Amino acid sequence: MIFYILRRILAAIPVMGFVALFVFLLLRLTPGDPAAIIAGDTATPAQLEAIRESLGLNEPVLVQFFAWIGQLLRGDFGTSILSGKPVIQLIADRMEPTISLALTTIILSVIIAVPLGVIAAWKQGTLIDRFVMLLSVLGFSVPVFVIGYLMISLFSIQLGWFPVQGFKPIGDGVGAFFHRIALPTFTLTLLYIALIARITRTSMLEILGDDYVRTARAKGLPERKVLMRHALRNCSVPIITVIGIGFALIISGVVVTESVFNLPGLGRLTVDAVLSRDYPVIQAVILLASLVYVVINLLIDIAYVLLDPRIRYA
Amino acid sequence: MTDHSAAALVPVRVSPLGRAREIVFSSPMVMLATVILVLIVLSAILAPWIVPHDPVRLAPAARLKPPGGEFWLGTDAFGRDLFSRIIYGGRISLVVGVAAAIIAVALGLLLGLLAGYLRWIDAVLMRMVDGLMAIPSILLAIAIVSLWGAGIWTVLVAITIPEVPRVVRLVRSIVLSAREEPYVEAAIAAGSSTGLIMRRHLVPNTIAPLIIQGTYICASAILTEAILSFLGAGINPETPSWGNIMAEGRIYFQINPGIVLWPGLAVSVAILSINLLGDAVRDALDPRMAKRGIER
Repeated sequence: MIFYILRRILAAIPVMGFVALFVFLLLRLTPGDPAAIIAGDTATPAQLEAIRESLGLNEPVLVQFFAWIGQLLRGDFGTSILSGKPVIQLIADRMEPTISLALTTIILSVIIAVPLGVIAAWKQGTLIDRFVMLLSVLGFSVPVFVIGYLMISLFSIQLGWFPVQGFKPIGDGVGAFFHRIALPTFTLTLLYIALIARITRTSMLEILGDDYVRTARAKGLPERKVLMRHALRNCSVPIITVIGIGFALIISGVVVTESVFNLPGLGRLTVDAVLSRDYPVIQAVILLASLVYVVINLLIDIAYVLLDPRIRYA
Repeated sequence: MTDHSAAALVPVRVSPLGRAREIVFSSPMVMLATVILVLIVLSAILAPWIVPHDPVRLAPAARLKPPGGEFWLGTDAFGRDLFSRIIYGGRISLVVGVAAAIIAVALGLLLGLLAGYLRWIDAVLMRMVDGLMAIPSILLAIAIVSLWGAGIWTVLVAITIPEVPRVVRLVRSIVLSAREEPYVEAAIAAGSSTGLIMRRHLVPNTIAPLIIQGTYICASAILTEAILSFLGAGINPETPSWGNIMAEGRIYFQINPGIVLWPGLAVSVAILSINLLGDAVRDALDPRMAKRGIER
């Protein structure tokens, strides 16, 4: 098992390597002078030369790439053009709202979606099932920002229950924190509920037809035990897989949600960076988001081996 | 048992048109979705003839008018008619959706065939696909737009690239199982060229799944375009697209929420209809396909 885990970790390295290569080539393959793109329209020739120097643009491309990788590994993500601050510091400053929103969304989604999926599969073909399926198609179809504005319109403007925008760190009090994070969470959660509820329903349906479920029912186990102990437990692998894959969706969704609700997180940082063409920031956010995605999916793969005794890796 | 062969089991006698009719009339929801899609497509094509006002003409005197009267849905902050702008906005969304689907499917088919059939390409290509899939699609699109500048072509590329890896994986998995089939082995033994085997035996297996994947890509591309425009990283803000209209209306949300909500409704309904149609096509062509990794 140790070998399997080691092998999985090693396999993640080329994936991240390709992400880095892609991000690197994206800038180099852009028509025009990368230094000019990074510096923006108002740069002086001296600034251009400084950027060219720091990017090593006078070196061969391969040397540039590995020099850049070396910098990344030392935690040097470059300097923001807009603010002149190190990118890594900007990211650290904006971490909290983003992590808060991602965590509250995942937790709320799992709490709502898994029971919904179980009930939909259990009562297949009934109204509840149809409702869950409709909800899941809706979740995939209605853009996050449309949901966001509907929420604002209903809960903030009409009912006045929640503030329209803004963020309070959890350090300022749990109540204030939840009061502000609630609407963004409700907004983002629908997409994730759709994703998790659908996979839960599909895998439950498959398992409910299995022999051991029939056996469990035949020996007179209460339905609740059959569902939870026998069926749901065996669905845990596909459900957790989808939670991991869906993490990429969460990251995309967070960018949009932060923009709608004016949360000072990484998403807003990215959008502001796009508007001012602050490429070092965008590049760092992409690398970081991909790293988080790869690590989460790596952990999930490892969790399989620990959770599911049927999966054995030599 | 190989489930890709289900696509080949579709009765040959039924004409494609009859098949389409069957799918459309399979449920009231699907019928409704089809009607809505047809309406959206028609209104986009016929936009110049049906809009009551010029969608880009500025009329400062008529800014932020409430719905009703001369302006059915009111006007935006520049006095432009909201209804006309939304009708025109459909053009961008549909073009982006359809173009992204076609390009992504074509590229994905080509790369997937290569990866599935030629072992030496497979390892490298699939690592690239893994890497590309690890980058959240919105972030990738944002990066491309920020570097290459906003424009419909950049946006199209930015939306299409993140969709390609999923098609590659799908095609590759179909090819991998199909190449073990006796008829492919027979073709190899008979000395058919690689190109002929791909065309004659492998590509036909991919058609049904690709049609379905294509509809989902179309829906997802429309969604991404709207998000990019909404974030200010999409096509030129002067062009009326659903995302652009919403982006401009954000500041005036408290004055006239319709500027945000009507285009939002348009984009939601369009995507919903395409997704429902995609589900119906999937159920009709291959009910087991849902389990085979076709995901939105």
